[in-house]
Amino acid sequence: MAAVATPTVFSGSRNEYRVCPVTTLKVDVAAERLIIWNAVTAIVALTLGGTYALLIGLTRWPDVHLLSAPWFYRLLTAHGMNMLVFWMVFFEAAGLYFGACILLNARLVGVKLAWVAYALMLVGAVMVNYIILAGEADVMFSAYPPLEASPLFYIGYILFAVGAILVCCIFIATILVAKKEGRYQGSMPLAVYGLLTAAIIALFTLGSGAVALIPTLLWRLGVIAGIDPGFYRVTFWGFGHSAQQVNLSAMIAIWYSLGTLTVGSKPVNEKLSRTAFVLYILFINLGSMHHLLVDPGLESVTKFFNTSYAMYLAVLGSLIHAYSIPAAIETAMREKGYNKGLFGWLLNAPWKEPGFSSLMLSLFIFGFIGGPTGVVLGAGQLNLLAHNTWRITGHFHATVVGGTTLAFMGFTYYVIPLVFRRPLFAKALVRWQPWVYGAGMILLSVSMTLAGTFGAPRRHWDVTFTNAIIPVQLPSLMNLMLTFAGIGTLLAVTGGIMYVVVCVGSLFMPKREARSLNPLEA
Amino acid sequence: MAIYSPERGWWKPLGREEKLWVSVAAVWCVFMFFMLFGWAYLGPQNLPGGQQAKRTTPAQYKVLADAFVAKYKIGEEGATKVPVVEPKAEKEIYLTAQKWQWTPILILESGKMYNLHISSLDVQHGFSVQPININLQILPGYDFIVEFTPTTKGEYSLICNEFCSIGHHLMTGRITVK
Repeated sequence: MAAVATPTVFSGSRNEYRVCPVTTLKVDVAAERLIIWNAVTAIVALTLGGTYALLIGLTRWPDVHLLSAPWFYRLLTAHGMNMLVFWMVFFEAAGLYFGACILLNARLVGVKLAWVAYALMLVGAVMVNYIILAGEADVMFSAYPPLEASPLFYIGYILFAVGAILVCCIFIATILVAKKEGRYQGSMPLAVYGLLTAAIIALFTLGSGAVALIPTLLWRLGVIAGIDPGFYRVTFWGFGHSAQQVNLSAMIAIWYSLGTLTVGSKPVNEKLSRTAFVLYILFINLGSMHHLLVDPGLESVTKFFNTSYAMYLAVLGSLIHAYSIPAAIETAMREKGYNKGLFGWLLNAPWKEPGFSSLMLSLFIFGFIGGPTGVVLGAGQLNLLAHNTWRITGHFHATVVGGTTLAFMGFTYYVIPLVFRRPLFAKALVRWQPWVYGAGMILLSVSMTLAGTFGAPRRHWDVTFTNAIIPVQLPSLMNLMLTFAGIGTLLAVTGGIMYVVVCVGSLFMPKREARSLNPLEA
Repeated sequence: MAIYSPERGWWKPLGREEKLWVSVAAVWCVFMFFMLFGWAYLGPQNLPGGQQAKRTTPAQYKVLADAFVAKYKIGEEGATKVPVVEPKAEKEIYLTAQKWQWTPILILESGKMYNLHISSLDVQHGFSVQPININLQILPGYDFIVEFTPTTKGEYSLICNEFCSIGHHLMTGRITVK
């Protein structure tokens, strides 16, 4: 994929395009602007969330215990919202526009509407951040009623969700129009198929969120008298956990893409990979039920069915990806002549290339820590030992952070030269960033899991219970794990700072066309 | 090439290794499915089911819990005088979650079966017994009834592991088994 042509800009019926000299893909300029704005906003949310991560991480480190209790809970709420919702969804919005327009050579449908969606998401995110920092919404990401937050908190949440629904609809409309106008031949690329999976899951996820949050808002406005906390939990987790399946599908689409971008890998069997995505659409949403295993009110049969039978069908999907992606990388490396021994292809892989190292670390952290811990937590009897402990937090820091965030970071290193058209800033830093961040996340998530196994509760300011009326002593091994988690936080935050420095620094680099697909040489 | 459209004819049969991997994975998933019944019979404890919870209201629950405490109270503990309760010859025992205290302190007999009722009078709480690390979600309006038999004597701490507003980390309690 050498440079083939000088960049040309030509006008379509309504939209303007340029042709990427490296990939020869046609880029809708209107879509490109949206990708840039959504991605930059995502990184702002990540920076906010990461700052809060440092502060709350240093508070849970027993020897440091930095923040006061109210500020700990406040910033924990803000951390959850910025990371799980704003960083992820803004980045995914950028990813959806990228997938639908650039990968399909298509024009973005409804450019104005896409900006409306961006504005709604931005206003929602700013409102939520403001109201949390103002101390009016100390309710955590889950905001369980009857815990009360300011109505503005729910309004911000809902505005953001409406924006996200619009993004999904624009994405699907763009694909349909691209197909109709014959912008791409045959089937859509696997990466777009994965993003479409994410968008479909996102639509029913956001619908479930609306069913949870709109009545809650009405209750806070005094329109209805109350809301059943059990009902809220069922519908909220239909949103809260399923939103992570959106992240999962987007991450896997990015894994496949990074495999192609870094070593030129080709999906081993398109049929198999696509079937695995369909398994996600059909079955993974039932994973939400794991939050409800030790709730009162739900029948045993409901708990039984949802945690086992259907879950394993989604697990089968993940096992297929867990085979397909490394196998594709191996095949590509062997085709390049790295045939020596069983693992010669792996040893000679481009480990210094940030896209590749993020891909492999993300695969490792998700595949060996995040995924399996999730399956374990999904078993009823074990959930009894883990519910609301730090084990849960350890699980999702290995999935959505060590897995998804790391994959998104690796993908950014391609987006900056190719879409922003600026060379990467501080390339020496880029090389190490995935390793530092990945190591921090491994230490953090494993320590959290072990601390939770020794009883450490999640969302808790003081596990020494100093001012409690009845004293409680948790095992001293737990304290050791909390300390390790603190060190893991420092490492991961260092990796996060490296990422933000590279991204922000690159924005100020002189604009020029990418010269190579390798971000270190572009 | 995951970012380009696949060549025509991509709907093709799986290769040998793929077939092997998918079969092993599928067999394992089926095995895990059947183990779902296995865990329930092999494990020493199981999830409390829906039949073990009743709808209530905080006001109704408070009446039952207060009556229980008044009947079996044997003392008080701490600055806020948390009642200590020893329910002799009583199977139905009541624990109340309220910001930020588990009430009362329970003294139970080893080897005797109890129906432990747990509910909240205000927001959601997390019932967490340490060091055995047994955890349940407690909601206002639901009377969670957990049938259990304490078998190991000793002191068990209760903490709250669902965020219940700003004093969440102060919420503790105790169950003593003798």
